[in-house]
Amino acid sequence: MTATAIEAAGLGKRYGGPLGPIGRRGLRGRRGRRAHWALRDCSFRIPTGRICALVGPNGAGKSTLLAHAAGLLAPTEGALRVLGSAEPAAVRQRVAYVAQDKPLYPRLTIGETLRMGRELNPERWDDTIAERVLAEGRLDHDRRVRALSGGQRTRVALALALGKRPELLLLDEPMADLDPLARQQLMGVLLSDAAERGTTVVISSHIVTELENTCDYLLLVNGGQVRLGGEVEDLLHAHTLVTGPAADLTPHTVVESRPSGRGLTALVRPEGPLADGWRADAPSLEELLLAHLRSPEAPVLLTPSATTPTEVAA
Amino acid sequence: MIEYRIDRRSGVATYLQIVQQTKQALRLGLLEPGDRLPTAREVVEATAINANTVLKAYRELEREGLAEGRRGLGTFVRGTLGRGSEDGALRAELAAWTDRARAEGLDQDDMTALFASVTRERFTTGGPTGGPTSDTTSGPTSGPTGSTTSDTTGSTTGKGDEEG
Repeated sequence: MTATAIEAAGLGKRYGGPLGPIGRRGLRGRRGRRAHWALRDCSFRIPTGRICALVGPNGAGKSTLLAHAAGLLAPTEGALRVLGSAEPAAVRQRVAYVAQDKPLYPRLTIGETLRMGRELNPERWDDTIAERVLAEGRLDHDRRVRALSGGQRTRVALALALGKRPELLLLDEPMADLDPLARQQLMGVLLSDAAERGTTVVISSHIVTELENTCDYLLLVNGGQVRLGGEVEDLLHAHTLVTGPAADLTPHTVVESRPSGRGLTALVRPEGPLADGWRADAPSLEELLLAHLRSPEAPVLLTPSATTPTEVAA
Repeated sequence: MIEYRIDRRSGVATYLQIVQQTKQALRLGLLEPGDRLPTAREVVEATAINANTVLKAYRELEREGLAEGRRGLGTFVRGTLGRGSEDGALRAELAAWTDRARAEGLDQDDMTALFASVTRERFTTGGPTGGPTSDTTSGPTSGPTGSTTSDTTGSTTGKGDEEG
């Protein structure tokens, strides 16, 4: 089995509540917000060198998961290993993280921002790739970050992240404010660079079509849990879209079933051959994801490479 | 250098689009033996698709004897696909058939569907791989656009599996 970039075992994160026994304020936390679990019982593995899509509805726990991997949040329960370290914060040098709001220093110029990257990462910094990311945006080095548009800030943040030459690149909704051309260009630079260096990339997004061709690995998060995990191709192969007469679908695992004319259309995980009279199609990634999002009660499916060793032992 | 266009909405697997476009370029004479295909890196940068997808397409072209990888140099065109567009007799027959079908009231979509259905049938039941199961339940990858044909043609001739 290849090396592991990220591995989580029973990871849980609770926001807004006291850690100790429930006190006078009941389940309400310091800020008066009701305590809730952003992640619960989250177990998965991402091998190195993958381009992994992290998908899920709003509030599913994607950002919380990425912030844990970046070593910026401590789990309430369970454990997370990043690049072999049980302490994600200890390997921060080898990880780049672009948060959703692309935090940069607004008063620095682009040139100064790059200099900061260079001086904070003396052993790793690579000007060439940072300049390549900036080049297509025609961004002058003396422009201040404060004066940049959202898309331009994204470009600077990505230049900073790639210039660091990370082994693990964590991107939280990176492409949301880019125009289609910039999106395509930046994805191209990002993917070719990652392929060349074997960088592991985890990209969160809820734009499924955007990920279909770019990612070879997938984590679907819903309700604070990883519901699907593994190679995109393997996950697609594990499912079949069947159309046919309304009938019993056992022994197949039914993810979702909907009436279609007099019969039904269902996304199933086949267990053995399908009965005669059923039309079988390969689902697209979008169909696979949407069916799972509509059916959160479908059993969790992790391919062997996405399964943590502890889980195998258990 | 050939440039690939990836249609994300076509329903055809991305690696197959690269295979098909390479074959199309061979057929049209845009690529000839000895020409270098773009490196995976170049394709990834231009199209923003995953590098593994490009490599998978190139492996498929190698498997069909149309391309070969040379270590450290890149992937080069090896075979040719000259037939089809020049085959006057077949073309004329098909044209005559099309006229007849039209006279009988078929429209363009009817004909395309009929042609696709017949070729699919001939290539799945006529090949030496035999064992036609029922018509549609051939496993998880069976799709209307012919994504399974790449598996079945490997042992036959390796041509005629394009044009979904």
